[in-house]
Amino acid sequence: MSQYLTLAVNSISYGGLLFLLSAGFSLIFGLMRIPNLMHGSFFMLGAYLGASILEKGLGLGGTFHPHLQMLGVTLFDFTVSLPTIVVLAPHPNFFVAALIGGAVVACIGALIERFLLRRLAGQELPQVLLTLGLSFVVADICLMVWTGDPVQPATPSQFAGAVQFTGLFFPIYRLVVVMVAVVIAIALWLLIDWTRLGAMIRAGVDDAPIARMIGIKVSQLFTLIFALGAGLAAFGGVMGSPILSVYPGLDAEMLPVALIVVILGGTGSLLGALVGSFIIGFLYNYGQALFPDLAYVILFLPMVVVLVLRPQGLFGKVVP
Amino acid sequence: MTAIMVRRAAIAVAILLLLTLPLWVSGTYYINIASQIQLFAVLALALNVLVGYGGLVSLGHAGLFAIAGYTAALMLENGFGHLAANLAALGVVLVAAAVFAVLALRATGIGFLMITLALGQIVWGIAYRWAGLTHGDNGVNVSGRPMPFGISLTSATPFYFATLAVFLVAVAAMMLFVRSPFGASLRGTRDQARRMNALGYNVWLIRFVAFLFSGFWTGVAGLLFIYYNEFVSPQVAALQSSAEALLMVISGGTATLLGPIVGAAIVVVMKNVVSAYLERWNMALGIIFVLIITFMPEGLVPGSVRLGKLAWQGWRKRPPAAAPAGERAS
Repeated sequence: MSQYLTLAVNSISYGGLLFLLSAGFSLIFGLMRIPNLMHGSFFMLGAYLGASILEKGLGLGGTFHPHLQMLGVTLFDFTVSLPTIVVLAPHPNFFVAALIGGAVVACIGALIERFLLRRLAGQELPQVLLTLGLSFVVADICLMVWTGDPVQPATPSQFAGAVQFTGLFFPIYRLVVVMVAVVIAIALWLLIDWTRLGAMIRAGVDDAPIARMIGIKVSQLFTLIFALGAGLAAFGGVMGSPILSVYPGLDAEMLPVALIVVILGGTGSLLGALVGSFIIGFLYNYGQALFPDLAYVILFLPMVVVLVLRPQGLFGKVVP
Repeated sequence: MTAIMVRRAAIAVAILLLLTLPLWVSGTYYINIASQIQLFAVLALALNVLVGYGGLVSLGHAGLFAIAGYTAALMLENGFGHLAANLAALGVVLVAAAVFAVLALRATGIGFLMITLALGQIVWGIAYRWAGLTHGDNGVNVSGRPMPFGISLTSATPFYFATLAVFLVAVAAMMLFVRSPFGASLRGTRDQARRMNALGYNVWLIRFVAFLFSGFWTGVAGLLFIYYNEFVSPQVAALQSSAEALLMVISGGTATLLGPIVGAAIVVVMKNVVSAYLERWNMALGIIFVLIITFMPEGLVPGSVRLGKLAWQGWRKRPPAAAPAGERAS
C-alpha cells in the first residue's frame, strides 16, 4: 500500500515536469500551428545548461584555443586568454540557474523563430523538417560539449531530504516541482485569459490579418510565444535534471511524451496540457513499477483511445 | 514520339548499367554501397507513395521497417526457415501497417505526422525496452542469408544482384501504381480531398490502401536491410531513421519516381563519405535538412534546375550578381 502512495507522489511530480514541458509545446502548436519537433531539444539543452551553471557558475571569458588543420597543414593554432568576468559564482541558487537556463534557451528559440521559422509561416511540412533538422544539430552539439556521459546535478540542498506524513516519507524536492508547476500553470492561465497581452495573443491567433489591421504586432507576439514555450521547456529541463538526470537521447525521449500529452489534452488548451500531464505521469510511474518491459508502450495507450473516441483531445475544441 | 523513346532508352541504359555494375566497379566496398542504395531506394519509394502521391507525411516508417526486420530476425533465430520468416514478416508488417493506418488516418496533415511519429516511437520502445522479446540494446543477429534457387548470397556480388532484382520489381510496381487509376485517385485525394469525396470516392479507403502498399514495400526494404547487415538493433526503429528516409524522399524531390532513388543515393553516399571523414553525421544530416528547406524546398533535382536557370538569367543580365547563385546551384 505505502509503495503505491510513494508511486503516486512520484507520479504527481513527474506530471508537474511534463506540464512544464508540454505547456510550451501546446502553446506553440495550438496558437501558432507550428509543430515544433525541437521541443525535446529545448528541454535537454536547458537541463545541460542548468547542470553546468550549477556546477561551474557563469563566467564570461576564459582560455580559447582556436586550431584548424586542413589536409594535413596547420592553418592556425594559437591560444587566447581573456580575463574571466564572473557573472555568477559556482553553486548558485537552484532557481537562479533554472531561470538563466530558461532565459538562454528562450533567446535561442526567439532567434530560430525570427530568422528561420518566420520564412516558412503557414507551411507545416517545411516547419516540421526544419525543426527536426535543428533538433539533430542541437543533439550533436550537446554530445560534443557535454560528451556522452550522463550528468545528474545534486538535489538542491535546501530541498534535500523528505517530509514524514502519516508514516510515509515524501521527498521535498518532488513536492517543490509540483508547486512550481502549479504556480506556472496559474500564471500562464492568468496571462492568456486575463491580461491585455493575452487578449492580443488570442486575437492574433484567431484572425491575424484583422489583428494586424487594428495595430497588434502579431509577428512580435508569435516570436514572444515561441520564446516563452522554449524557455518553459528549458526551465522544466533544469527542474527535472536532479530527478531524471541528463543524457544524450533525452530529447528524443521527451518529445513523444510532450506529443502524447498534447494529443491527449487537446492542442492549445492549457487545462488539457495540465490534465494530460498528470494522466501520463501516473501511467508512466505505475507502468514502470508494474510492467517494466512495457512502460514506454503503456504511455501511448491513452493517446490511442482518445484518438479513436475523441480525436480533438479531452479539452480540445473542434476546428471547423 | 521522341520523348517516349528517349525515356525508354534512358531506362534501358540505366538497367544495363545496373546489371553490369559489378563488371566496371571493382571492390566489395563499392558494390556494397550500391546494394545499400538500392535497398534504401526501395524504402524511399515506399515512403514516397504516402508523402509524394498521398500528401501524408509519415515519420513512423522506421517502425514498420523495424517490425519486418525484427519479425524475420526473431523467427530465424528460433529455427524457422527463410521462406517462412520472410512471409511471416511481410504478413506482420501488413497487419502493423493496417493498425498504423487506422490510427493515423484519424487525422491528415500535421496530425497524421505526429501520430505516426508516436507510433514509430512505440515500436522503438518495444525494441529497446522489452528485452525479453527483442534482446533490447543488444539487437538480434541474423545467421546467414537465404539461398534462392540454390545460389549463395553470402558474397557481395550475388547479394547485389538479389537486391537489384527486388529493386527493379519495386520500381516496376511503383510505375504501375502511379499510372493506375488507383494512383490517380490517390493524387486526387492529395489535391482535392473534398471534391473526391463529393465525386463518390471513398477518400479514407484510398488512403488506407495506399498506406498498406507503402507498408508492404517498407517491409520488403526492412528484410533486405537485415540480410544486408545480418543484424538488427533498436537504432533501426529510432526517429532518426524515419527522418533519414524522409530526407531521401524530400531531398530528391517528392511525387516523382526518380526523386527518391536519387535521394537514397545521395543520403547513402553522403553518409558513407561523410562518416569516413567526420564523426558528426547527425549534425551534417540536420544541416542538410535546414539548407534544403531554406534554399530548395522542392527537392534537389527540381531545385538545382530552378537555381541553375536563375543563375543563367542573372548571368545574362548582370554577370557579377550571378556568382553566388551559381555557386549554390553547382
